[in-house]
Amino acid sequence: MGPITSANSFYSNLYTAFVDFHIVGVSPIPEWLAYFLAGFIVIFTVINAVVIITTLGTWVERRVLGRFHARLGPNRWGPWGLFTPIADAIKLLTKEDTRPDGIDPWVFNMAPIIFIVPAIMVFAVIPFGENTYVANLNIGLLFIIAVTTVGTIAIFMAGWASGNRFSLFGAMRAVAMLISYEVPMVLSVVGVVLMTGSLSLVDIVEAQDVPFIVVQPLGFLIFFAAASAEMSRSPFDIVEAESEIVAGYHTEYSGMKWGTFQLAEFIAPFGVSAILATLFLKGWDGPLLPSHLWFFLKVCFFWFLMLWIRATIPRLRIDQIMAFAWKVLFPLSIVNVFLTAIEVLVWPNPTTTEWWTMAAINWAVAILSIVIFSRIGKDKMSTRRPIFSSRGSNSSALKGAN
Amino acid sequence: MYGLGIMGGFLITLKNLFRTPFTIQYPEEDVPRASRFRGEEFVWYEQRCTGCASCAKYCPLGIIKIETSLGGTDMQEGQSYSVDVFDIDLGRCMFCGLCVEACPYDALHMGSGFERGQYNRDSLVIPIEELKLADKRPSTWFRPQLEDKKYHPQGGDPLSWDEVGR
Amino acid sequence: MPIRTEPVTVNIGPQHPSTHGVFRLRVTFDGEVVQDLEPVFGYLHRGSEKLAEERTYSQVVTLTDRLDYVASMSNNLAYVRSVEKLAGVRPPDRAMYLRVISAELQRIASHLVATGFLLQDLGAFGTPLMYCFRERERILDLFEMLCGARVTFSYMRVGGVFQDAPGEFWIALDKFLGDMPHYIDEYEQLLSGNEILLTRTKDVGVLTSETAMDCSITGPVLRASGVDWDLRKVDPYEIYDRIDFDVPLGTVGDNYDRYLMRIEEMRQSLRIVSECVKQISSGPVKADVPWLVRPPVGDAYDHVEGPKGELGFYLVSDGGIAPYRCKIRSPSLINLTAVKDMLVGGKLSDMIVTMGSIDINMGEVDR
Repeated sequence: MGPITSANSFYSNLYTAFVDFHIVGVSPIPEWLAYFLAGFIVIFTVINAVVIITTLGTWVERRVLGRFHARLGPNRWGPWGLFTPIADAIKLLTKEDTRPDGIDPWVFNMAPIIFIVPAIMVFAVIPFGENTYVANLNIGLLFIIAVTTVGTIAIFMAGWASGNRFSLFGAMRAVAMLISYEVPMVLSVVGVVLMTGSLSLVDIVEAQDVPFIVVQPLGFLIFFAAASAEMSRSPFDIVEAESEIVAGYHTEYSGMKWGTFQLAEFIAPFGVSAILATLFLKGWDGPLLPSHLWFFLKVCFFWFLMLWIRATIPRLRIDQIMAFAWKVLFPLSIVNVFLTAIEVLVWPNPTTTEWWTMAAINWAVAILSIVIFSRIGKDKMSTRRPIFSSRGSNSSALKGAN
Repeated sequence: MYGLGIMGGFLITLKNLFRTPFTIQYPEEDVPRASRFRGEEFVWYEQRCTGCASCAKYCPLGIIKIETSLGGTDMQEGQSYSVDVFDIDLGRCMFCGLCVEACPYDALHMGSGFERGQYNRDSLVIPIEELKLADKRPSTWFRPQLEDKKYHPQGGDPLSWDEVGR
Repeated sequence: MPIRTEPVTVNIGPQHPSTHGVFRLRVTFDGEVVQDLEPVFGYLHRGSEKLAEERTYSQVVTLTDRLDYVASMSNNLAYVRSVEKLAGVRPPDRAMYLRVISAELQRIASHLVATGFLLQDLGAFGTPLMYCFRERERILDLFEMLCGARVTFSYMRVGGVFQDAPGEFWIALDKFLGDMPHYIDEYEQLLSGNEILLTRTKDVGVLTSETAMDCSITGPVLRASGVDWDLRKVDPYEIYDRIDFDVPLGTVGDNYDRYLMRIEEMRQSLRIVSECVKQISSGPVKADVPWLVRPPVGDAYDHVEGPKGELGFYLVSDGGIAPYRCKIRSPSLINLTAVKDMLVGGKLSDMIVTMGSIDINMGEVDR
């Protein structure tokens, strides 16, 4: 006990404030209570900040998606529609909590809770700014990967307990997809870990002379794709494909349970953007502006990228998703790991120029491997033009031109 | 190369992000309508109507109900029936405009509004008093004489019975 | 020991986000693969053919609007041509040009709806749908200037159209014709090269040309399978023989071909409308036909190339003011008969996409 969490200034300030709180010369707060209260306040702040920013994020997403569609988003409630998430929350809280007949009650009720807890737990190890984090685990990255895997179980629980064929379809597709994408996701961050020498996220941020997005392009792309699939985000949202199986595993949920699923689906992109910003874009580091603001901007950048992808491209079919994971992402990630291992052997303590050389080699290999993959799948990806009928027309039709 | 087609798509979406949105904020801005718009209201000039009931006969759904009695005077020439009941049932009307096409005296015109929602079905029937008192802004559908005068119901003044004839 | 699996019968019910109306499919799945399929429709039956027997010939025009509610002008055109064939009336030239302009603009609008909803079913989260509908709004504004309504027009009458186009219509039409090719280019850049669209729609839902001809399929679905049959070229009606345009054909007959057909047909329709605007001359817009048309005793069948296929009306007259029998040959209903050939053996996701690419409209199927 005690001020053990070293450099975390927010926590240590709170702890020492509680311990030093003297009334009439006597300290009424024992040490264990100060430890507990300080920790509780920090955790409470972080969780609430995450959830509130996420609910504001729903508003931002709907407005920006509307702008992508050349229309306005919701702008009725409150100035510019800012009260829309509150209206959504009130609506969900006052809805009837349906309980269909064929469900398994314990499993049905536990599934939303098991789904949302890992999404928030990810924020426990991410540094939000200089010396601001909840805990500096020396196995931080492993913790994140382990915790996000628990979400898979929750999806399967929800699909199974609903007693509905469509939900079961959705749950089975989801489990197959999520398990397949664990492998490229883990292998792509192995490159980052090799270059840093540690699994702790705080160390990874400090070890980046040149941001890892430049040095490890393959790793970034693979992690981005695999993490999008892990979150069931477009183009991999076969799990909740509205046009096919109505709502997949959360068809039978209504009211706040469904709200919990949606909230968790929404916190996940923020979590993954935060991880991406920490691993690949140097986290909170940056000139001029305060570190928290830099972190926030980087998270918003990655989040906007995910939103842009969601607005533009259609979704893939389940067997195409699996083929993509095993036949494209997996070999590329193995190539990335081997290449990084060789580079780390040759240059164990790289200077800035050596970072840039490594970057150049990595970019060359990345482009080369993508081109090789395109050549292999060339005939499936080729576009076609229609031919024209030769009946009754004497214009440029017969030459096939338009 | 993989991904080039998708990149092209991204550029189009980004381009549309910066275009002005297509939305009309309805209750604050009024929706612009053409002058021939067949709206939900009807414009009826009782001075021109002779009670011939061609509109009622021509309606495919039979929703116009006309009851007349002898002894009216037509403002244009001669005698006509006096119209006691002229009900149009908006609940079943499909706004096809065949009644307006049928009227030989230009007494019935389509209106140009669309905000006539009511809370129960019975109040959807327009009785004769409402037709007499309503704002008279006829749509120019099937009325070429109004179009020649370049009349637009959305911005124009109400027309009186002697301005709408052929 | 072999794995024992059990086929599952699922009801893709009448209420579903992507069945294009109230349409029901009873599908038997083995895992994700479709084994057997049975379409059930009739949920939107309104008795149009029977109602037509109790209305006069001019009043039936309002009924035909509501058959294929996305493409009302084509329905009007087919019906009015049948009555004119029965009564032996020939509409004036200007009327025919106006009819062809309306029909081709309506074809563009209908194909925009089809493309938008195909991509919505594919999961592109509404972006192409919104872009297509934004252009469709402009076409509907043009129609509002022309005939006062936006969806159910009742524009055509026996002997021509009922009223001439106002001056502002031609100005707006010129502006539209100038803008639209750029928008179609934008759609192509967004969609036609998109690798995900290619993998989802190529070699999926293949319909061979023999099967298509055996099942009496018509419209873009038939042309995508490679069969060269377009009623505007084979049996030209109205003024199509005076206009130069091309008919696109596909090669393989999969979903990608059908999508390409519609995009290309939109371009060709723009070409037809520009030609009509150049060739149109002034004159009357309606032949001198009384309101209560009494065609002589007999029957007649006439067809047009609607956006979904061959739409035909078979009218039997007994000399009175109402048709004795009105039979509607609706393209969507006939195109549905080939659904089993296209879908069995594919997967659930392919089924949704193929249903979207055939472009059925339940108003027509059920009448």
